[in-house]
Parts: sequence; structure tokens; C-alpha cells
Amino acid sequence: MAEALLVVEGVVKEYGERVRTRALAGVDLALDKGELAALIGPSGSGKSTLLNIIGLLDRPTSGRVVLAGTDTTGLDERALTALRARTLGFVFQFHYLLPAFTALENVMLPAWGDVGLPSRAMREQAQELLRAVGLGDRMGYRTTDLSGGQQQRVAIARALSRRPALVLADEPTGNLDTASADEVFGLMRRFNRESGTTFLVVTHDPRIADRCDRIVEIVDGRVRSDRRGPSR
Amino acid sequence: MPFEWFVALRYLREEKAQTALILAAVSVGVSVIVFLSALINGLQVSLIDRTLGSQPHVTVHVPREVPRPLVYAVGDRAIARDVQAASQRLRSIDQWPAVMAEVERVPGVTAVSPMILGAGFAVRSDAKEPVMVRGVDPERYGAIIDVQRRMVAGRFDVSGGDVAIGSTLASDLGVGVGDKIRVVTTEGVEDVVTVAGVFTLGTEGADRTWLFTSLRHAQSLYALPGGATTLELKVADVFDAERAAGDVRDRTGLDADSWMKLNAELLAGLDAQSSSKWMIQFFVVVAVALGIASVLVVSVVQKSREIGILRAVGTSPQRVLRVFLIQGGVLGLAGSLVGSGLGGLFAKLFEGLARGADGAPRFPVQLDGALFLTATGIATGVGLLAAVIPARRAARLDPATVIRNG
Repeated sequence: MAEALLVVEGVVKEYGERVRTRALAGVDLALDKGELAALIGPSGSGKSTLLNIIGLLDRPTSGRVVLAGTDTTGLDERALTALRARTLGFVFQFHYLLPAFTALENVMLPAWGDVGLPSRAMREQAQELLRAVGLGDRMGYRTTDLSGGQQQRVAIARALSRRPALVLADEPTGNLDTASADEVFGLMRRFNRESGTTFLVVTHDPRIADRCDRIVEIVDGRVRSDRRGPSR
Repeated sequence: MPFEWFVALRYLREEKAQTALILAAVSVGVSVIVFLSALINGLQVSLIDRTLGSQPHVTVHVPREVPRPLVYAVGDRAIARDVQAASQRLRSIDQWPAVMAEVERVPGVTAVSPMILGAGFAVRSDAKEPVMVRGVDPERYGAIIDVQRRMVAGRFDVSGGDVAIGSTLASDLGVGVGDKIRVVTTEGVEDVVTVAGVFTLGTEGADRTWLFTSLRHAQSLYALPGGATTLELKVADVFDAERAAGDVRDRTGLDADSWMKLNAELLAGLDAQSSSKWMIQFFVVVAVALGIASVLVVSVVQKSREIGILRAVGTSPQRVLRVFLIQGGVLGLAGSLVGSGLGGLFAKLFEGLARGADGAPRFPVQLDGALFLTATGIATGVGLLAAVIPARRAARLDPATVIRNG
């Protein structure tokens, strides 16, 4: 059995002070290295909440998350930020690129913001990633001058820039037309195969989910089904 | 370039309108500070210059005579007495050359000049004007008050029996260079002297009553052979005069008055002027700080999503904090550089516009490096301080909330 990269145990998340809303009602999930898993479920089922908790952007009300062998329960903000920077990559539905910066700068920012000073290696790696996502000729463009598919590809390049063990993608193709969606998923699949990067992809699109190795379905804050996808 | 600087400068460049607006506000504020300081400092320096143009920094003279009882009440003997204030006669400082040598050793003293200062009349035909006779050693006296530079006619040459008199006195007597006048002193000594020069020191009292002659001549006019009634001092820092006067008192036992004591009203006026200057500057600084803070607060709100993304991709809260601190500091620094330039320019323009009849500026301004440095330092510091609250707010933004809410 492959090594577990991510272990989620009994994670509960509640919101609100007086009226408690339970977004997650005890989730258990484990991801192995090299998996490309889809997280599906109806709106409001808790997919994005779970993704935020796995992404260390949010803390669970109870339960624990072990990421790359580190139990994140007691970590302070600084340690969480460091762990996030070194193990995780994010791709959001709305690419969340920084419009004030060029495509190349956006891809460099995670490493730059972590280390402090830019380096030639950092730049070269970012250029390589942008070429890999087919944007070798758009590096100096402001992200606002790129199409939706191109923006999402920059976001993928950015997510991969720190060579993360796990990339969390929240509806990465949700805003794209079919052709662009295929292209973007194809990229994720390629990086998954070529570099063994693990992906957890939240999606509404059954076509995308069906092409993943594994499909985890969440309903009402619980894992309802967890099956191997048809692609395996 | 370090990450924080890169992000901070990029955002300042991106938001051109906001950046320009706040730069303008800081510049205007700093230019007001620079302009006001230059003007008020200039006025103060020129006022002090004018005051000290006809005054030594410190005057040393013998203590006033005090009434001395002829009998003392001793033991069981009581006396009834009627104390009369002692009359003050002109007296020489005892062993003044030795005293002068002692005074020259007081720290801060740069020049000492002996003088006989007495009253008398200048007479020419019908005109009889009261004068203050000043017997001086011209070389030494030049270091105290540069009369030679203020001559309007003739020369400051008081050798032999010649005198130099104030311009008002000259016109009251109706005399010019080369004319003869009679000097009658309070000691009853009379002499006929030649006017060698006419000066104007810019103060009515001096120009109306001063009469310079040589120390030796004055000694004979006042029957004080070899004497000097007064020592006049110059010190390196004019505002150090009172301290120097105190030192002289301690060392010599003589009376020493600084110009500061003799011009207490002027100094009080200058103090009040300085206080109002500080008040205005304080409020300008507060306004500048509020301006920078409000722009940065708005900027943090506007960019909260982007800050959340930066945090999500691994930027630490400390780096986010520094991004906004740098923005505040840069805004303060850049604004103060522009403002210093503008303020200096305004001050020079103002000085050039308002000129008196003699072409000298009516409002002399004083610009110096220290003023610019202080203004720049204050504005940069204020920029940093003003950025603290917005920066902390940005650093505390929760990436998950931002991402969740889009």
C-alpha cells in the first residue's frame, strides 16, 4: 500500500455563535501519494469547507488533519503558513491570480514570498512551468490580459511552483468552456503522471470526476461514497 | 528586490490615482512645514541679528554700589537708621587687563573688548545733544560689533582725538566727516574732536546717541586714567550667552548681563512665535498621518482578497505587515522629498517677492539641511506610524474567510 500523504480523521466544522451550522459532520479521508482524486457532492455539502481545512486555511472544530506526516492540530499560524507554503498548492475556481502582476510574477510569488529574495533558479523554474502549461509566449502579460483558460493555467503553474506534494483544486474548470476545461484537466493529469503530484479536485462536472483515479462523494457533511474511478 | 518591497511598490504604482493623491497631500503638508519653519526661523535670526547688531552678547561691569552702614547693631544695642540708596559713580573695573584675561578663558567666549562707557553732551553751535561716549580699542571692538561695516561716511578711525558718531546724531548736530564738535562729559571735562566717520547700526537709540572714541581719549574725558568701566563679550553660540555670563560672574565676582537677560521681552516674543510654529506643524503632521492612514486603510479593504491569496499561497502575516509599512514609509519619504523641494522653492520665491526699499528681503528665510532632514525624517516616520494600523489589519486577514467569500 502506498504511503498516506493526507489523513483526515473525524473532522467536524461548525459555524456561527448562537445558531450553530454544521458544515462537516465527521469526515474521515485518506489520500495516498500520487493519487488524483475528485471530491464531488451537491452545493452546500461541505466540499469547499473540507478543502479549506485540508488546505490549512481553516481549522476544524474537532478532529484532526495529518499532512505529510505532520499533525496540524496544535500548530500556530506561523507554522501553518510554513507548512502550507512547502506542501500545498492551490487552484481556485476563480483563478485568484493577482491582477497587478504578470503571469511570470504570479507564478514566482509563492516561492518569493516564502524565501524573501528572488533567485535565478526561481525565475527559471517559473518560466519552465509556464512553458509546460503552454504559456511560454505570455509570461510578461498581465493576468487581466489573458483568457479564462489561460488564467487557470497560470494558476496551475503557480500551484505547482513550490513542487507541492498535494495540490488542492476547487472547481478548477467551473468557469471554463469544455475545450478549456479539458485542457486544464489534461494538465493536472500530466503533472500527476509525470511528477507524481497528488491532486484533490473539487468538481461539479461528472466528465472531470470520471477521469479521476478516485471519486469521493460528500453529502450533508459526511463521506457518502468513496470509489475508484473508471480510469483505473 | 525583496518580496515586500516588490509587492509594496507594485501596488503603489498600480494605484496611480490614490498614490498621487496621498503624495500630493504629504507634499503639501511637508511644504507647509518647511516654508513656515524657513520663514519663522529666518525672521527670528534676522531679529536676533538686528538686536545683536548693536549689542554685545555679554556685558561685564562693576557691581552697583550698595549703602554701607556706619554702625552695626551689636549685642544689646539697637539702632534706628534711615537707609539711603547709594549713588552710582563711574568706576573702573579693578585690574581690568587681568580680569579680561580671565574672562577670555571662559568656555564659549570668542572675543572680549574693554570700554569706557559714560554720558555727556555733543555740542555744536546751538545744538546740544545727549550722547553715550564709548571709548574703545577699535581692533578689539570690531570683533564685538562690526562698526566699520556699517559706516555711511568716513571711517571708523578713533585714533587720536577723532570720533565716530551715529547718523541721527550727525544730522541733529548738522555735522559731517571732518567737522569739529565739542564733547562735554559728566565729569565736567571738555574737548573738541573731529568727526572721522558716521555709522548707522539700525537701532534708533544707537544712531541717535552713540559716540565712539578711543579708549585712551575716553579715559582722559572721564578722569579714569588706565581704566575701563565695562568689558564686552562675544560668545560662539548666542543662546549660550546666559550660561557664559554666569561663568563670568562666578570667576570674576563682577556683574555680567547677557543680551538674553536684557532682551527678555524679545525672547519671550520669539518663544511665543516658536510655540505657534510648533502647534501649526503638529496639526499639519496629524493631518498628514490621517491622510496616509486613511488611504492605506481603504487600500487594505480594497485588496483584502489579494492579501488573502498571498496568505493562502504561503506569504507570512509578517511579510504582509511589512508590505503595508513599506507603503506608508515610502509615501511619507517620497512626499517629504517633493514637499521639501516645494517648501524651499516657495520660501525662496516669497523672499524674492517681498523686498524693502534697499533691495534686502523683507522676510528673510532660513533654509538649511537640518530643516529638510527633520521634515523628511518626521514625514517618513509618520508614514510608517500611520501604516501600522492598516498593516496590522492586513496581516490579520484570515485567508480562508477571504477565499470563502470570494
